[in-house]
Amino acid sequence: MSLQALTYLVVGLSFALYIGIAIWSRAHSTGDFYIAGKGVSPVANGMATAADWMSAASFISMAGLIAFLGYDGSVYLMGWTGGYVLLALLLAPYLRKFGKFTVPEFIAERYYSRTARIVAVICLIFISFTYVAGQMRGVGIVFSRFLEVDVTVGLVIGMGVVFVYAVMGGMKGITYTQVAQYCVLIFAYTVPAVFIAIQITGNPLPQLAFGSEIAGTGTPLLEKLDDIVTSLGFTQYTSGTKSRIDVFCITMALMVGTAGLPHVIVRFFTVPRVRDARLSAGYALLFIAILYTTAPAVGSMARYNLLNTIQPGEIGAPQGNLAYAERPQWFRTWEQTGLVTFEDKNGDGRIQYYKDANPAFRDEARAYGWEGNELTVDRDIMVLANPEIARLPDWVIALVAAGGIAAALSTAAGLLLVISAAISHDLVKGIFLPDISEQRELLAGRIAAAVAIMIAGYLGFDPPGWVAQVVAFAFGLAAASLFPVILLGIFFKRVNKEGAIAGMLTGLLFTYGYIEYFKGLFLKWAGAPFGENVAENWLFGISPEGIGVIGMCLNLVVAITVSHLTSPPPPRIQRMVEQIRVPRELEESHL
Amino acid sequence: MHLENRLAYWRANLRLVAICLSIWFVCSYGFGILFVEELNRISIGGFKLGFWFAQQGSIYVFVVLIFFYAWRMNKLDKRFDLHES
Repeated sequence: MSLQALTYLVVGLSFALYIGIAIWSRAHSTGDFYIAGKGVSPVANGMATAADWMSAASFISMAGLIAFLGYDGSVYLMGWTGGYVLLALLLAPYLRKFGKFTVPEFIAERYYSRTARIVAVICLIFISFTYVAGQMRGVGIVFSRFLEVDVTVGLVIGMGVVFVYAVMGGMKGITYTQVAQYCVLIFAYTVPAVFIAIQITGNPLPQLAFGSEIAGTGTPLLEKLDDIVTSLGFTQYTSGTKSRIDVFCITMALMVGTAGLPHVIVRFFTVPRVRDARLSAGYALLFIAILYTTAPAVGSMARYNLLNTIQPGEIGAPQGNLAYAERPQWFRTWEQTGLVTFEDKNGDGRIQYYKDANPAFRDEARAYGWEGNELTVDRDIMVLANPEIARLPDWVIALVAAGGIAAALSTAAGLLLVISAAISHDLVKGIFLPDISEQRELLAGRIAAAVAIMIAGYLGFDPPGWVAQVVAFAFGLAAASLFPVILLGIFFKRVNKEGAIAGMLTGLLFTYGYIEYFKGLFLKWAGAPFGENVAENWLFGISPEGIGVIGMCLNLVVAITVSHLTSPPPPRIQRMVEQIRVPRELEESHL
Repeated sequence: MHLENRLAYWRANLRLVAICLSIWFVCSYGFGILFVEELNRISIGGFKLGFWFAQQGSIYVFVVLIFFYAWRMNKLDKRFDLHES
């Protein structure tokens, strides 16, 4: 069977599985639709959360990103896992005890305010759409590369599948589909990693392999890698170029942002009990950690493989570089997609790959007869091309395609659901039509999900220029707006409506303003970005990616100060906080 | 009685959270970022220690911490008789 036919078969089977699950787990009530009837076991919810969380970016891009960033890539590894500790210790159990449907609903009731609810809905919709556009794009890319269909066709197929199970099954359908998608994606991610680990080091466990010695040499992989990259003018793999405060703040913004993302929080509404919410966060992170501890191993091995292919001989020797005519098959395949490009600047017919922007290395390179870096490799191909680079069998390549699609679809579905719940439950029922019947609210939820899929598809098909830049914004925003008010709502009874709204708006506007100033989002027409995005101009040396941390601190300070200057929340709110702090349902007379 | 019991439960919870978050902070921000260069002078199993904490160790610690917290909280819930029936 040809690779393409095999890929169609594997991807087709995975789609049939998802749709079958959706039919089996149809939603019958709003409780089913929003929070799967609170009947999901902690282990299943852990898997679903892991699939929900690990997006196309985690599956396709992250290892490649780490391969090129080295130590600096650690911000993503720690940032996108450490947030679960905050979630498990500070938010999830209490929000589960609260026991309603959405995150804005908690903010509305705790702060007895429709304004607060609307602000929360706006934050939620912005964060979620930013994200979902990226997922749809990911589906399109995987389809176009592996199934050789047009990106648009790929997008439409992806939209159709999500439509079936998100609109029909709601949270219940999504949850069990995500469990299946987790299994597909984790298998697809770890199998090539194990094969490559064996090929390079002989150690089958990727987590240990990237510290092991390269087979037959006696030199540890990371040491060898540091050696090669520095002699080609790159930064040492195991150390970084970012300043310490910036690494610190980016990591913190990603962690806090993770804990404040509505589509992650809402997953903990679906388990039966408070204790399940705590345990489920542990399982979620365990399942996530399997991929996140494999990714840096894949990153370092992919970087080594790439350098070894391009620079098989001694650096600077006339025959040291790969001749373009002898480039391997994967190189040719990916050249067609434009994600690998070669330009023979010195006309020697060989490929030179080095850091030509490094002034210290420039003279050395010139002495070798090199006239600039000749190879550009898109970081996104590192995971997708890995099985081909390692010459793995075709079924592994087909599996990676199915895994990439599973990662993108599962995240997209989770995001679409929180968008539709925010519209049908928080806006339609919460604000405009409080007397709406459950059946009609369910219908409103389904319509909202369908419309959200259309918009997401459109954004994926024709992404506005700012999509790539707003991912940082989504995390910064979640860190600076939603996380602090939820945290204060649980741990500080004194924080009131005025404090929460003032805090959210301060965090939101500050973070937005800073990112707009340096990167330009909506005010391009007015001349944004207004400042050059370099370390000398940044506040305390913190890049726009990490600024959400300052936004969060401002939010906390403003919320607490304003609350103390205004009247305390009414007694019923204080009783509500007492109630959510303990797992058992207490009688009103005891509070 | 009810109120005192709940306050004691809440204080015990806050103490546990503080302990866990201190470990969380030290293993990621401490070992992986602030003291990474100092730890990188130590090498274990082919890894520089600071680099290992940043790309592996911190994640393992996070997983263990959540399970530890869940286990301890279940015990606290029972001790203060505030667990779900």
